[in-house]
Amino acid sequence: MNPALLHSVVQIADDHLILGHRMSEWCGHAPMLEEDLSMPNMALDMIGQARTLYTYAATIENQGRTEDDFAYLRNDREYLNCLLVERPNGDFAHTMLRQLYFAAYMHPFWEAMHKSTDNTLQALSFKAVKEIAYHIRHCGEWIVRLGDGTDESHERINNAVSALHPYTAELFEVDEQRLAGIELGIFPAQAQLRQVWDKTIDQIFHQAKIKVPRTDFNQSGGRKGLHTEDFGLLLSQLQYLQRAYPGSTW
Amino acid sequence: MYSQGLIGADNKTEETQAFLDAFQKRIDAEEKIEPNDPMPLAYRNTLIRMIGQHAHSEIVGMLPEGNWITRAPTLRRKVALLAKVQDEGGHGLYLYSAAETLGVSREQMTEELLDGTAKYSSIFNYPTPTWADIGTIGWLVDGAAIMNQVPLCRCSYGPYARAMIRVCKEESFHQRQGYELVKTLCEGTAEQKAMAQDSLDRWWWPSLMMFGPSDTDSQHSDKSMQWKIKRFTNDELRQKFIDATVPQAELIGLTVPDKDLTWNPTKNRGKGGYDFGEINWDEFWRVVQGHGLMNKDRIAARKKAWDEGAWVREAAQAYAAKQQSSSVA
Ligand SMILES: [Fe+2]
Ligand SMILES: [Fe+2]
Repeated sequence: MNPALLHSVVQIADDHLILGHRMSEWCGHAPMLEEDLSMPNMALDMIGQARTLYTYAATIENQGRTEDDFAYLRNDREYLNCLLVERPNGDFAHTMLRQLYFAAYMHPFWEAMHKSTDNTLQALSFKAVKEIAYHIRHCGEWIVRLGDGTDESHERINNAVSALHPYTAELFEVDEQRLAGIELGIFPAQAQLRQVWDKTIDQIFHQAKIKVPRTDFNQSGGRKGLHTEDFGLLLSQLQYLQRAYPGSTW
Repeated sequence: MYSQGLIGADNKTEETQAFLDAFQKRIDAEEKIEPNDPMPLAYRNTLIRMIGQHAHSEIVGMLPEGNWITRAPTLRRKVALLAKVQDEGGHGLYLYSAAETLGVSREQMTEELLDGTAKYSSIFNYPTPTWADIGTIGWLVDGAAIMNQVPLCRCSYGPYARAMIRVCKEESFHQRQGYELVKTLCEGTAEQKAMAQDSLDRWWWPSLMMFGPSDTDSQHSDKSMQWKIKRFTNDELRQKFIDATVPQAELIGLTVPDKDLTWNPTKNRGKGGYDFGEINWDEFWRVVQGHGLMNKDRIAARKKAWDEGAWVREAAQAYAAKQQSSSVA
């Protein structure tokens, strides 16, 4: 059992679960029918990857926990997702931008994981990278349309950038557990991912005629289990049945 | 010109007896009618109404089940529910496309849904207060939809028939998945089983109402049968549904909430079938007229999504227009 690896795998799994959950909140309420098909697709990719990662976490831990024990039966302070993914959906511009920010990070991550020394994660990386490439394309196209669409859409995407950009730095944080994984060749160095991320975002923002903002302060906390207040409300929905009927089979 | 194909769409085509007879002859020969074929205006309008209602039902139907996506109890169930609701959106999309072949646009149909002139299946005006409702809807509502839709795969209008073939495959998957969910509850704790029974109690009668008014009262059936849009009457389909579903309920230990339900060996030309109690048609008409528990909320939710999405659709159009003009320049 490698507790550092367990910690990092749970972090990544939590990112996917929470972002997928947020995206799934749109289902049936999208601005157009085509998006009512695309947004659930992205949510399904996220939650699907979370399931594989939780199952792997359970294997590493080897104490008989299941994917659902990880997903449903922890308290607020035990979830390790970054703050970006838990931010409320806001409008369509916020949701698309949040997904792009995350996907632009995960794409180089999974690409680098093709060479990971961890066999399970390496195997997962091939499917994951294809899925996440679609998210960059789909959300990136929307950012461009919104940025270069109407005055209103331009303003809305700019508002989304101001609101969400301060949460992006946390994606690249390195804690001691991650550092241990990087040293073992399990995970790529974060600085390397940052470069690719910057390039992707620059390119899309340029096309969208929006500017990458300078942020005075970057928010962080989620990685250490310190979340915003909206997160507790998200968990109260996510966990409702598991908490109300403990020990039941569904 | 495209509109030349749309005989009957312009209201000017004279529908002589010879024209109507020739059309009926094609129907009787089981030929498929295609978008550019001449067709009587009433045939076209019946199909626009039917396909439109069907499409709206798929879209509004996303709401009661969508209500539980964020509260699904396991990751497996969450993924299955999300995929199911997404499938219903997909059905809506093929059906709107099928209706568009008859000369009506998706925007127009959407506006008719939002202003209340177009109907959708009344079943979706019932609420989903418990998780068991997610299983019951799959089992009964998708189950009833299949009974209605399997014969539509042979509908005389080609685009509708083809859309239905694709839709039916997915609906039968939904039905099995829903039944499996209810079965799991029945095999669970006493509380879970009670949740399943309560859900069946609430959905049983509304599901029977999904087949529409009794044949003696249905205004649309006769002509639709003659044109082979429909192949079975409302009452025939309802009987088939009951006969198929009652044994499924018994198998998992649930009680169908109908004290008059009895096996009648002489029914269905001696093959046997269930006699069942009186359907509360007052309730049916009350919900159709807009007074179900969720009618207002359903339309309000669709309207909110449509209105709040307006700026997104406008942005996409503005962007596409800019791209087009810059590629021309
Ligand atoms: Fe459907
Ligand atoms: Fe369905």
